[in-house]
Amino acid sequence: MENALGEPQTIVLLGGTSEIGLAIVRKLINPTTRTVVLACRDVERGEKAALSLGHDDLVVDVVPFEATNSAAHAQLVASLAEKYDDIDVAIIAFALLGEGEVTTVDPVAAAEIGDVNFTGVVSSTIAVANQMRSQGHGSIVLLSSVAGERVRRANPVYGGTKAGVDGFAQGFGDVIAADGVHMLIVRPGFVETRMTVGRKPAPFTVTAEAVAEGTVKALRSKRRVVWVPGVLRFVFIVLRHLPGPLWRRLPLG
Amino acid sequence: MPATLKEAGARGVLARGLGRSYGDAAQNGGGCVLRLRGGARHIVLDAPRATATVGAGVSIDDLLRVIVPRGFFIPVTPGTRLVTIGGAIASDIHGKNHHVDGSIGNHVEAMTMVLADGSSCVLTPQTNAELFWATIGGMGLTGVMVEATIRLLPIETSRMRVDTSRVADLDDLFSTMSEGDEESRYSVAWIDLVAKGRHLGRSLLHRADHARLADLDGKSAAAPLAFAPRQLVSVPPLVPRPGVLNHATVAAFNEVWFRKAPKRRVGEIQGIGYFFHPLDLVGSWNRLYGSRGMVQYQFVVPFGEERAMRVVVERLSASGAASFLAVLKRFGAANPGPLSFPQPGWTLALDIPVASRGLPELLHGLDRVVLDAGGRHYLAKDAHMSAEAVRRGYPRLDEWKAQRDQVDPERVWRSDLGRRLGLI
Repeated sequence: MENALGEPQTIVLLGGTSEIGLAIVRKLINPTTRTVVLACRDVERGEKAALSLGHDDLVVDVVPFEATNSAAHAQLVASLAEKYDDIDVAIIAFALLGEGEVTTVDPVAAAEIGDVNFTGVVSSTIAVANQMRSQGHGSIVLLSSVAGERVRRANPVYGGTKAGVDGFAQGFGDVIAADGVHMLIVRPGFVETRMTVGRKPAPFTVTAEAVAEGTVKALRSKRRVVWVPGVLRFVFIVLRHLPGPLWRRLPLG
Repeated sequence: MPATLKEAGARGVLARGLGRSYGDAAQNGGGCVLRLRGGARHIVLDAPRATATVGAGVSIDDLLRVIVPRGFFIPVTPGTRLVTIGGAIASDIHGKNHHVDGSIGNHVEAMTMVLADGSSCVLTPQTNAELFWATIGGMGLTGVMVEATIRLLPIETSRMRVDTSRVADLDDLFSTMSEGDEESRYSVAWIDLVAKGRHLGRSLLHRADHARLADLDGKSAAAPLAFAPRQLVSVPPLVPRPGVLNHATVAAFNEVWFRKAPKRRVGEIQGIGYFFHPLDLVGSWNRLYGSRGMVQYQFVVPFGEERAMRVVVERLSASGAASFLAVLKRFGAANPGPLSFPQPGWTLALDIPVASRGLPELLHGLDRVVLDAGGRHYLAKDAHMSAEAVRRGYPRLDEWKAQRDQVDPERVWRSDLGRRLGLI
């Protein structure tokens, strides 16, 4: 049960090795926190990540999670609620970036990204939301991206899935708000992480810590959308309305 | 009610009064919440015995409007009349007279309860002492109270005879309150938590007793028991988001409040409402804190731990977190309730806007100071603590849980506060 200062006691991270996700978890951990669950595909790496968290009384549990196995999502959430009671905050942080050029020619690789980034996110978000609706409280942090705000030719599959989940989260957030569940959509710009190693940083590059900082602040004030850095909101108001011929000629990678 | 109990799912049931606890004590996310009806017709006054049997959903406001004109007062009143008898007992509330009279639990003769299995029973300190005391301060997690019989205080008038004096700093306050508190039934200090340096802890000390007939003159003597408190103003719903209580406005208010008080004034006659329930004069006063609201922080540290109190006051003053209406008081003896808050020592209560910068770190730091000094926090006001802080502050928690397990093994009674603090 979260307290009046917005400090959660139980935190679940889906995509338990995500750098942004872990940075948010670190920012959320507080003296009242009892449990952190890292749900990830690579349990071994999750266990390494677990070592970097924590204070004395904190239980960190690493559980296997397969984004594409939608049928198992409800069962996973139910078992967590059974073990740890109410889930206060769930962070949906898993995604595949894919090699932009490969995904535009390889239907199978593209479909896998769609399965993880869209189908898996939608089904696991709904599974978490069902638990929170029965609790009457809880917050879901869904990591979207500015890549979905106007999809670039550099990575249309990734951008397309982010556009999809962002749209889903907007509508679904309004559905669950009536049951006391808060949906926060996080739209970071280019974040320097393992996922983006070797790629040319775009303007307004941020760190995972900065994204975490902005996310936690937005969570506490119950905002629905947060851009990190904040200026991107205004940058994209312009970019979204650029005429196509001009947009296509922008050097955006 | 038995039907509700049968249908109660995994999220459980909770009785709620007027919902004036500062935290989540009266909330039950995803579960069932019972609201008991109140009103003057649920009050039976036994004047010869000086007791009243009152429905649990009756507010102290309703009760006082019935009993004060008949020459009785409630033995313990909090800073607002807008709480129910059931909530008052479940929180084991205290007032400005704790050093003399103890908390409300000390004045309860009997309680009628509905238990988790749907059965009713009458609890008294003689016949069912363990469950009786587990219910006093039990935050509504032992059962639903239907009615309670409380002993009343006979009064001659509805006025208070109040002495006020300015106190220069914290040390002065400790020594002034330690001497002569016993001579007044009511004693409380308003403390200026914005003041720093040599003014740290400057206060106004109010001591009072019920006025006798001989203390009144003129118009008030003609109707000595008149009691019709009214709300003076109400805060409109449209307050700017950050609220209007910030460091600057609170510092200005505190300065004026401190300076407008005389150095020493003896025997001022005040109404019951003005002396006990100043917040009730301003409707919806919580809106002054803006949409993110405020948290209340109240703790007690034992006598001899004045240094811990000083550390807390210093940190609050240095933090710049605005707090107006902070009050400090001396507690007397504790009662046998395992979750009852008051214990002999100093208690400080204050408001802080939730949006204050660095508030979580400040409060968790203060928690450690309080717990290390052997103190504890008031559950009815808590909105931020960890379960660990409750275990440390309430060493008899397991005793309470054992008693609760006997009457509610299935955990029918649940609240958000109970979940958060590991009571259920």
